[in-house]
Amino acid sequence: MDFSLLSAAAAAGEGGTPAWAMLAYLAAGVFFILALRGLSSPATSRAGNRNGMIGMAIAVATTLVTHDIANIAEIGIAIFLGGIIGVTIARRIAMTAMPELVAGFHSLVGLAAVVVGFGAWLDPQSFGIVDAAGQILAVSRIELGLGIAIGAITFSGSVIAFLKLSGRMGGSPIMLPARHIINLGTLAAILGLIGLYTVSPQGGAAEGWMIYAIAVLAFIIGFLLIIPIGGADMPVVVSMLNSYSGWAAAAMGFTLGNSAMIITGALVGSSGAILSYIMCRAMNRSFISVIAGGFGADAGAGGGGGAREQRPYKQGSAEDAAYMLEQAEKVIIIPGYGMAVAQAQHALREMADKLKEKGVEVKYAIHPVAGRMPGHMNVLLAEASVPYDEVFELEDINSEFSQCDVAFIIGANDVVNPAAKTDKSSPIYGMPVFDVDKAKQVFFIKRSMGGVGYAGVDNDVFYMNQTVMLLADAKKMVEEIVKSLD
Amino acid sequence: MDFISILSIFVLACFVGYYVVWSVTPALHTPLMAVTNAISSVIIVGALIASAEAGSPAAKYLGLFGVVLASINIFGGFAVTERMLAMYKKKEK
Repeated sequence: MDFSLLSAAAAAGEGGTPAWAMLAYLAAGVFFILALRGLSSPATSRAGNRNGMIGMAIAVATTLVTHDIANIAEIGIAIFLGGIIGVTIARRIAMTAMPELVAGFHSLVGLAAVVVGFGAWLDPQSFGIVDAAGQILAVSRIELGLGIAIGAITFSGSVIAFLKLSGRMGGSPIMLPARHIINLGTLAAILGLIGLYTVSPQGGAAEGWMIYAIAVLAFIIGFLLIIPIGGADMPVVVSMLNSYSGWAAAAMGFTLGNSAMIITGALVGSSGAILSYIMCRAMNRSFISVIAGGFGADAGAGGGGGAREQRPYKQGSAEDAAYMLEQAEKVIIIPGYGMAVAQAQHALREMADKLKEKGVEVKYAIHPVAGRMPGHMNVLLAEASVPYDEVFELEDINSEFSQCDVAFIIGANDVVNPAAKTDKSSPIYGMPVFDVDKAKQVFFIKRSMGGVGYAGVDNDVFYMNQTVMLLADAKKMVEEIVKSLD
Repeated sequence: MDFISILSIFVLACFVGYYVVWSVTPALHTPLMAVTNAISSVIIVGALIASAEAGSPAAKYLGLFGVVLASINIFGGFAVTERMLAMYKKKEK
C-alpha cells in the first residue's frame, strides 16, 4: 500500500498522530464491532472472537509503530508476562468459576485505566494533551478525572464482586448505617474535585493532591457500592462493572483522541448496561433498588428461624425419579445455581442422553438470572456437551410446561416460585417464572428442606400434589438416577 | 481530533453498541462479557504510550505496569472466550 498520500495527509492529523494511524485505529474499532456481531449465533461466534483479536493486534501494532519506542524490550517483556499469566488463567479456570474470573478481569481493566490516567497526568506531552503554555487542557482534565474515577470504582467494586463470587467473602449484604448519605457524599466529593481540578491554575504536580484524592475516594466508593449487594444480585453487579470498565476505556479514549478506544468503550459500556437491564427485568426489580443493595439481607433470619409452618411434602428416591422419567414423553430440565455448585452438569447430560435413547424428548429451560452471571448456565451445559439447540430461554419454552410430563428442577428455586405470579407481598412478586405448576409431574432436587432461595421466601412448588422432592446433593442424586435408568 | 469529532464517534458507537448487543443470543451472554472484557483492554494503547515515551520515569513504569495488566486481560479474555465458544455444539444429526 502506498502511504505517501496518507503521510501527506498526516499534517492534518492533530496531536502528531499520522492519518494512516487514525484510520488503523478506526479499523480496529470496526473489528471490535464485528467481534460482538459474531456473538449473535454460536455458529459465527468463533469467527467473531478472531475479529476481536485482529482488532487488538491492529491497535497495539499501530501504537508501537507511531511512537518513539526507546524500550521495546521492556514493553515486550511486559506484554509477554501479562500474556503468560492471562493464558494460564484462561486455560486452568473451571467453567463454574467463570463469574469470578470475569469480575477479576474487570478489576484489571479498572486498575489499568487508573494507571493510564496517572501516566497521562505525569507525562501529558506524550499524550498530546497540553496547550501552548505546557499545561494540561481543561477538557483533558475532565476526561482524566473521570477516567481515573471510573477506573478506580471499577477496580475496587470488581475486587469485592470477585471476593463475593469466589466465596472468599460472605455473599450476604453488609449494611452500613447511613450508607446512602455516605455514598452520595463521596460521589459529590469526587465530582467536586474533578471540577476543582479542571479550573485549577496549573493542573500539574502542585495540584496533584486532587488527582490522588479523586482516585482514593473512587476506590472507597467502589468498595462501599458493592458490599451491601447480596449474592443473588451479582449478575446485575457483574454486568454493571462490565459497563463501567467500558466507560473507563472510553474516557481514556477521549483523552487520547483515539477512535479504537472510544468505539470499544461505547460498545462495552452499552453491552454491560443492556445486560444489567436484562437481568433487572428478569428479576422485576429496578436498577436503583439493586444498586441500593440489601436484598436478601433478612433471608437468614426469616428462613432459618423456624417461623415457617411445616407443610407436608412428598419425598422420593432416585429409583422413583428414574421410573417416572423413562415413562415420560417430554421432560424439561430447569438448572440453577445449585447445579453449578454441585458440578452436576456432566451427570445431568448423561441422564438426558439415557432418556433420549429411550425415546424421551428432553429440553433445557434457562432463566435469565439463573446462576451468578448472564448466560452462566448455558456455558455449563455447553461444557457438558449439551447441544445448544436443546437449550431454551424462558419466553421460548414457558408455554410448553402444560404439555410436558416431567419438569425436572435441579438447583433452581426462586425462578420456579409461583409466588412471583400470585403473592403481591412476596419480595419476588412480578418476576417472570417458569410455569412448572402446569407440568404433570415435578421433580425438585434440593439439598434439604431447610434452605430457601436467595430471596428468602418459601416455595409452594415444594408442597404441590404432583411434586416429589429429591433431597440430596444434586450431582449424587443425578448419578443415582442414571444408574437406575440402566 | 477535535472534541466534537471524538464525541460524534462516541455517540454513534453507543448506538451501534446498543443494536449489536441486543442481537447477541442470550446463550452467549457469558462469552459476551468475557470478550467485551478483552476488547476493553484496548486501553493498553494508553499504557503503551506512557511506557514508550520516557517523558517521565514514573509515567514509564506506571505504563509498563498498565501494559502487564491489560495484557493479562487481552490474552486471558480472548483465550477464555475461545475456550467457551469451542464448547457450543449443535445436535449431531
